[in-house]
Amino acid sequence: MKTTLAALLSHWRRHPVQLATLLFGLSLATALWSAVQAINDEARASYARAAQTLGQDRLATLVRKDGSRIDQAVYVALRRAGWLVSPVLEGDKRFGEHRLRIFGIDPLTAPPQAQAVDVAETGALLNFVAPPGIFYAAGEAKTKLTGQTSTPVRVIETIPPGVIITDIGQAQMLLDARLQVSRLLLWPEQSPHRTPLSEIAPDLIERAPDEAGDLARLTDSFHLNLTAFGFLAFAVGLFIVHSAVGLAFEQRRPMFRTLRALGVSARSLMAVIVVELLSFAIVAGLVGVALGYALAALLLPDVAATLRGLYGASVPGAIIIRPQTWALGMAIAVVGTLISAAQGLLGVWRLPLLASAQPRAWAQASRQTIAWQLIAAAALFVAALLIARFGSGLTAGFVLLASLLLGAALALPAILMAGLSVGGALSKSAMSQWFWADARQQLPGLSLALTAMLLALAANIGVGTMVSSFRATFVGWIDQRLASELYVGTRDDAEAAAVRAWLVSRSDAVLPIWNVDGEVAGQRAAIFGIADHATYRDNWPMLQAAPDVWAKVARGDGALINEQLSRRKALNLGDAIALPGGYLTRIVGVYSDYGNPNAQVIIGVNTLTQLFPAVSRLRYAIRVAPEKVQRLADDLRTTFGIPEQNIIDQTAAKNLSLQTFERTFKVTGALNVLTLGVAALAMFASLLTLAGMRLPQMAPVWAMGITRRRLAAMELARSLVLAVLTAIAALPLGLGLAWILLAIVNVEAFGWRLPIHYFPGEWLRLALLSVAATALAAALPAWRLSRLAPSELLKVFANER
Amino acid sequence: MLLDVRQLKKSFVTAEGPIAVLNGVDLHLDRGVSLALTGESGSGKSTLLHLVAGLDRPDFGEILVDGKDLTTLDDAGLAAFRRETVALVFQQFNLIPSLDVAANIAFHARLAGRDDPEWQRSLADRLGLAGILRRYPEQLSGGQQQRVAIGRALAGRPRLILADEPTGNLDEATGDTVLDVMLSLVAETGAALLMATHSQRLAGRLGRRLHLHAGRFES
Amino acid sequence: MSARACVVCLCVALVALIFVPVFAPGVAPVSAQGFAGLGTSAEGFALPTPGKRFSFPADHGAHNDFRIEWWYVTANLQAADGTRYGVQWTLFRSALATGDADGWANPQVWMGHAAITTPDRHHVAERFARGGIGQAGVTAQPFDAWIDAWRMTSRAAATADALSSLDLKAAGADFAFELKLDADRPLVAHGDGGYSVKSDQGQASYYYSQPFYRVAGELTLPGGAVAVTGQAWLDREWSSQPLSANQVGWDWFSLHFDGGEKLMGFRLRDGAAGFTSGTWISADGAAEPLAKGSITVTPLSTAVVAKRSLPVRWRIEVPSKSVDITTQVLNENAWMATAFPYWEGPISFVGTKPGRGYLEMTGYMPIADR
Repeated sequence: MKTTLAALLSHWRRHPVQLATLLFGLSLATALWSAVQAINDEARASYARAAQTLGQDRLATLVRKDGSRIDQAVYVALRRAGWLVSPVLEGDKRFGEHRLRIFGIDPLTAPPQAQAVDVAETGALLNFVAPPGIFYAAGEAKTKLTGQTSTPVRVIETIPPGVIITDIGQAQMLLDARLQVSRLLLWPEQSPHRTPLSEIAPDLIERAPDEAGDLARLTDSFHLNLTAFGFLAFAVGLFIVHSAVGLAFEQRRPMFRTLRALGVSARSLMAVIVVELLSFAIVAGLVGVALGYALAALLLPDVAATLRGLYGASVPGAIIIRPQTWALGMAIAVVGTLISAAQGLLGVWRLPLLASAQPRAWAQASRQTIAWQLIAAAALFVAALLIARFGSGLTAGFVLLASLLLGAALALPAILMAGLSVGGALSKSAMSQWFWADARQQLPGLSLALTAMLLALAANIGVGTMVSSFRATFVGWIDQRLASELYVGTRDDAEAAAVRAWLVSRSDAVLPIWNVDGEVAGQRAAIFGIADHATYRDNWPMLQAAPDVWAKVARGDGALINEQLSRRKALNLGDAIALPGGYLTRIVGVYSDYGNPNAQVIIGVNTLTQLFPAVSRLRYAIRVAPEKVQRLADDLRTTFGIPEQNIIDQTAAKNLSLQTFERTFKVTGALNVLTLGVAALAMFASLLTLAGMRLPQMAPVWAMGITRRRLAAMELARSLVLAVLTAIAALPLGLGLAWILLAIVNVEAFGWRLPIHYFPGEWLRLALLSVAATALAAALPAWRLSRLAPSELLKVFANER
Repeated sequence: MLLDVRQLKKSFVTAEGPIAVLNGVDLHLDRGVSLALTGESGSGKSTLLHLVAGLDRPDFGEILVDGKDLTTLDDAGLAAFRRETVALVFQQFNLIPSLDVAANIAFHARLAGRDDPEWQRSLADRLGLAGILRRYPEQLSGGQQQRVAIGRALAGRPRLILADEPTGNLDEATGDTVLDVMLSLVAETGAALLMATHSQRLAGRLGRRLHLHAGRFES
Repeated sequence: MSARACVVCLCVALVALIFVPVFAPGVAPVSAQGFAGLGTSAEGFALPTPGKRFSFPADHGAHNDFRIEWWYVTANLQAADGTRYGVQWTLFRSALATGDADGWANPQVWMGHAAITTPDRHHVAERFARGGIGQAGVTAQPFDAWIDAWRMTSRAAATADALSSLDLKAAGADFAFELKLDADRPLVAHGDGGYSVKSDQGQASYYYSQPFYRVAGELTLPGGAVAVTGQAWLDREWSSQPLSANQVGWDWFSLHFDGGEKLMGFRLRDGAAGFTSGTWISADGAAEPLAKGSITVTPLSTAVVAKRSLPVRWRIEVPSKSVDITTQVLNENAWMATAFPYWEGPISFVGTKPGRGYLEMTGYMPIADR
């Protein structure tokens, strides 16, 4: 066994590049997979933490039916009626540039399940409850609070990022919610002697524990997306491994034969090969997972930004090493290696002791394979059509995506074969006929790598089209949405009044941006009051609107809802909705509201103040001639001492939004480029493998008077032709992908549907990129061929081969 | 004189140091003559053929074909020489697997710019390949493949045909048949034939024979 | 001070450690040493001084300038079928700091303990509440003490002492009680007119009782409602530094003799001889402080309860009053598994003067921790 292994391993000493390719491919595949897993694990862990905050995943709660806050007196009344409940006040508070979520709790009544902070060793209850209190938060939040608060911050890393836990009394002050609580945690064991809820607080309802948490549900599609990318990258990486292993098997065929002839049984030869492969898998797996962590650490801040931007989910920017990620990474490396080597192993198992004089009947076998693949592909395409027509939901979207991609991958060899046949039929000279014929011959050996290229390129085109369409729509939308020139946030009612009075003579219009939070159709929603002004009539990005929509809203005859709410709850024009407090109104318009995770409702500002007299009236949009904006902003700052960050002009607001947008899709872009890079590597590995195996096919042509240089040029050209054909095939596939993403997946995942835009320049760039990558991959084998010693070619003709 | 080889020397570098394969070989061949090269394995028959074919370069000596010295040609010149002047028949046949029989036969002739479909058809008929012109090499028997290789060699009407153990991979009966048709066709085209073989019996069928031993001819 | 005072000291101790039980159930909250050392320094709180004259009804209410305070009722009850029960209702007040603040920032922390002891079960519940929001508190006039739904309310006539007639109720997950308490004799001041000394170092509290309640009411137990009658004892005590540093726990007795006399006696354990004290109350309500050394309490046998070895039979001797009795607990397992655990349950006794009463034992360490 030892001797056999030594003999086998000697091969790699003589072929270090091959070994490097194998280990590199495997490490890379494992790295991309592990990176995605590590990111997903991190995000999921943080959702779980968020869901666990104050025991929300295990404790039922009492909330107001209309979603608004509960009077503290109701809490006391419930306690005095025998209810074991504990108050929680929750809300967002801005500290400098950062918005953090505050949870106010009462440690004296909190149920054991709600153990968010273990204050036992950190100090007295007095310090917690007495001003300025104590903030408990993760280190990341502490950093954000630096210089923003006089309250001492204590770090507890198990608290979800972006969350502050503090005493409910402190929270009431910070959130300007005196004598109010958001909800009441119910102890699991209640006294049977308590007074029924309906007698004490009829407007409260009991809500069951939320085990998964909203975030986990909301972000599911995003992580599914990432996983799909990770898997794609891994599959593409395996193509590299497959090529390298295939080459090693091919080259060691004579050695295997000799070993078998010397009495090594097929079983023990297999065992030794498997041991060899497993050791490679372990080495490459370890490197891969480590690389994966590095990559994840690099990407996580952007993923975190995406999740915050799209879903309001707080995910920490740092990766924690998890044993299960290591285990999974190693397992996938081993499984991947064995899958990649399966074909080779089978070959060793069946290896005849004597060499067959007949060269392998590639073409014949591959023609059959191609035919079967085409049939399977056709079946998948039919399935995809049916799903597109009749399916619904995110799962259907992904199944559709998978059918389309798999179908295309299976159909690719047939498509390429057809393309090459056309080329052959059009060619005249002997060399060009040979060129096309030989390309067909080469196809089975390259089709895996080409499939990798197809998938990577299609993913790039699809996701790129999706992102670019989104960007185009978003840019137009933000122009409409941010129609006012200046936005100002005052700090209290007195300042607000003063600012409004001051602005009367200095601006064209002052439009209130007032809102309350509450629950609409079972969704957390913001309800905005909007003034009756041309700014909105002319600009607001409506998707559907009743006639005279703005007049209706101004009169209090209807409400506008955002697309998210409309799609999630199937609410349309004319439907009735109930606002917090039970006010019933009718939907008169639906508007697009990209990048917002939450439901939104717009009513007339007068209606808003009637329904919610306590609404905070601090924020305003100001219409003013563009050239006066800077001056006015400066005057506002100096006159009222309004802090810098409370006054933002249109340009800055747009830039901020666009920045957020770009950041959101940075990860997608990075994964795309990586996938394409891996595909190019797969191509390289395949070509390197083929280069060795194709020598017998090149030698006779060389012998008949074609220089090595010309042969090399033709090899290069052949790879490029295949790459171009693949790129052509990738285009419709990519567009199909984009359509699925925009019309199905996005709607499910984000709640909005975007029109598709076409970017031929982008496609051309991608196609050229992939062709260039192929050229790069083909360059080394071609260069080697052009420099090959004649003696190497002559070996092909050697009589005792 | 078609071929004039003078003082040819060639050695190969191996792990044990250089081994002299050809040690000052002289050879003369006139048009239309067939010459058998015999010798043990490793006696240098193949090496001599390869050098004459312009596939490799000698360490020393001259190879004059039609008065032109191959050793003075660059890669492109050698390639042109191989294309236009010589044709090879190998023991392993070395057909182009991606081309069918007809295309294989026509291939070399078309490279040489001497595509003659009429002649190719008649060659195919004579070689008994007429019924299988659309087949691919992997679908053919060894004898059929070698006949295709012979057709390919003759299709371009080269002045010199170099054959390296052309029947080495065939059984005796098939080998004889193939050799018969090759010899008669070579004679018909007026090409010269230089054939390496270890078989004295086959060598006897050719006009002349030379025995190579330890890198030199023995008479 | 009565040992139950020390239970309340626990409340002070909790100020530092209150989140342990709340946030980490199962973690042993406090060691005996832990609470013995606390509450010994007054830090700006008022201190009891000799010569105090109680002023009612004001002194029935809360004294927020003192660190700790409690309203403590124990009752020895009996059903028609002769089954004996014990009931405890306690409201503790503990100030985290001096001063009064509105709302959640109020430094008063309230803690309630309620229990019913039967011969074979012991039901316990506890409650915590912040002062300042109305969830718990005590008003003197009309007298009302509450935490959540637990309540002790006066229904005394305007001319009578507010505590002479009380409605008392509490409920836990598996029990509830509603009792009417009526007393026809006056309040009893302990120590020197209500100034009760707890140690040789001078620690003291204000302490008065109403030991003469006749009780009628109903217990709700898993087996159903039970009508009960019996007698009850109320303690009122407040202080700021109730224990000296070396005192680790206490054993406290409140005894109703069949002849109508009452005895309050305690021993504070300090690793040496301890500090014993008590009050003899004659059947007509006249109180007589027992001089130091005039009462002896001796453990006779122990039982393992909650991993602690607790004395469940005691000999109590007050030679000057011809008292030489042996006490027996109704249920060994009267363990108060609350944030600050202790033993509190009904007892009966035989000897020269038989009767019933209540026993409280604190500061016994778990066996494994020794």
